[in-house]
Amino acid sequence: MAKIPEKELMFQGTTACPGCGAGNAMRYVLKALGKNTIINIPACCWAVIPGVYPSRNLDIPLLYNAFEATGAASSGVRAALNAKGIDPREITVAGFAGDGGTADIGIQALSGCVERGTDTIQIMYDNEAYMNTGIQRSGETPYGAWTTTTPVGSEKAWKKNPKKNMMEIMNAHGIPYTATVSIAYPEIMIEKIQKAKDIPGPKFIHIYAPCPTGWRSDPSDTVKLAKLAFETCVFPLYEIENGVYNIYKKPKKKVPVRDYLKLQGRFRHLPTEEVELIQENVDREWELLQKKEKFTKE
Amino acid sequence: MSEMKIVSGNFAAAYGAKLSRVEVVAAYPITPQTEVVEKIAELVSNGEMDSEYVKVESEHSAMAACIAASNAGARAYTASSAHGLALMHELLIWASGARLPVVMTNINRAMGPPWSVWADHHDTLAQKGTGQLQFFCENNQEVLDSVIMAFKICEDADIMLPAMVVEDAFILSHTKEPVEIYDQELVDEFLPPYDPEYKLDVERPFGFGSLGMPDWYMDFRYKIAEAFEKAPEKIEKVNKEFTEIFGNDNGGLIEEYKTDGVDVLIVTMGSISSTSKDVIDELRKEGHNVGLARLRTFRPFPVEKFREITKGVNVVGVMDRSYTFGHGGDAAREIKDALYGHRDLILKDYIVGLGGRDLTPKILKNIMLDAISLQDKGLDKEIEWVDLRINQERWRR
Repeated sequence: MAKIPEKELMFQGTTACPGCGAGNAMRYVLKALGKNTIINIPACCWAVIPGVYPSRNLDIPLLYNAFEATGAASSGVRAALNAKGIDPREITVAGFAGDGGTADIGIQALSGCVERGTDTIQIMYDNEAYMNTGIQRSGETPYGAWTTTTPVGSEKAWKKNPKKNMMEIMNAHGIPYTATVSIAYPEIMIEKIQKAKDIPGPKFIHIYAPCPTGWRSDPSDTVKLAKLAFETCVFPLYEIENGVYNIYKKPKKKVPVRDYLKLQGRFRHLPTEEVELIQENVDREWELLQKKEKFTKE
Repeated sequence: MSEMKIVSGNFAAAYGAKLSRVEVVAAYPITPQTEVVEKIAELVSNGEMDSEYVKVESEHSAMAACIAASNAGARAYTASSAHGLALMHELLIWASGARLPVVMTNINRAMGPPWSVWADHHDTLAQKGTGQLQFFCENNQEVLDSVIMAFKICEDADIMLPAMVVEDAFILSHTKEPVEIYDQELVDEFLPPYDPEYKLDVERPFGFGSLGMPDWYMDFRYKIAEAFEKAPEKIEKVNKEFTEIFGNDNGGLIEEYKTDGVDVLIVTMGSISSTSKDVIDELRKEGHNVGLARLRTFRPFPVEKFREITKGVNVVGVMDRSYTFGHGGDAAREIKDALYGHRDLILKDYIVGLGGRDLTPKILKNIMLDAISLQDKGLDKEIEWVDLRINQERWRR
């Protein structure tokens, strides 16, 4: 297992909420990628977290870009470096976008970026809603969740649609490497990001980043929730390398999904039968993933 | 050695980018711009042009990639038209806010609906407030020249702004004309490599485009305004330098055609200027004291220059190939702005050639005769839509 590098590239003075999972995500990403990294950030929580002009808490070159433009910006920076003769293994270009900026408004630019083979790591820190604008539902908000645009109310209007599977969408582009990682397991997270860094071509990393503000959870439960997401198989930890699935960390014993849901106010309204439905879906997805692993490894 | 080639406006734009040694091209195809990107793809594929060509999936991404590349210190170029340009809108503003000298060629095409692929200036002029410098070209040579000059102007430390070099759909984009393709060494001398003071650099990390609170934002905007104030002088200077080296004078802010001591001044933009100049000659032969000002630089708007060239003029007739609804033709309105409190004259706005409607010498002559007639009869109406289906008899007779 990778040792967590001591070098800090993220410093105090962030504007993040207490218990912000995205804060940990950036810290570990930078530890993994090191100082020879250029990061693109679109509109998202991390457009604000580094601080306001002229302050900045990240000690790497940082390019802010428009909400939907991260993939294109990564291609642009990489093209400029190519023009200057700077090798992708020498300087890493990474996009670091929230779930909205990756899976919704940014999906076109991301798709283009990876389809044209840009040598970059596109990272989605997934807090499962538009948190920076005040907890509106996104394509990554899971079924059943309350958000300010799925406010439940008397009509039981929680989110009725499933979470968009970005790992599959990225894998369908035929890119060499995609991985899910969790802030609950920083050593493995760093190992997988460093692995991605060394692979030529487009890579995609899906970081699970709990958001106490939007999930209506206790800020001190952030890491616990990330662990539970793994143990319940709500967020399995796996990688896809050239089409081959590898569930690199499997829970010893599967924990019931309700243990994960009950720590979050955003699922408080769900009746038992809905929780059972979510459990069924998680079980089915988990089984499917294991079958994919078996099939692609054979 | 420079070389004369018979090329379209689109190829001229591509050769302009090649001679400017652009390091990154990011573009998406749209009619009638496609030949620009096809030619660049061909030049890059043949090893004749040393550029990274990013084949993006939309115009929005084209400008986003150019912005990012420029931020990383590369000279970046793109080309688009009409709906593609409109899709870029957010990033046209971003490029100027970020103070990046990205240069693009826009092929002026009407906006739908109804769908149209023909010449019209509305696409470009709908972007006049985005902080882009805007240069309207009359011919293919000027397209090539203007791309090179735009980089020179925009990369100046006092300016650091993006620019649009624009040419009319089909009339220039697909019409072949003799164009001088300059000697590369001469262009290199005129346009040195782009070397910005600040860029994305791991040895000297900066953040670009972070959150600006109200106590900062306004001052950044003022700095852009200051750069625009400096731009007219810079444009004239670069045009002069270019003329001295390459022998082609494209007019800088405004190209004046027989304007000395005229009573009536006609203002045109883009490709109709050439035909209009012939008509001016004809009218002068017939004894009319009329001249033409070709508005070449729309942004920054040459306010001072207009005040200067309208001294002693009785009537200004402006031909606008665009119309801003609820307001009027864009050039006429801005000229009025410029002259307010400075000149007491008659100004009439002629809305012409929208969506590629043909402007024959006869129609142009009738417009100019109408402007001339205003000297005696006074202004009949502020805005006249010319050659509509309901008034064609008048303008085509």
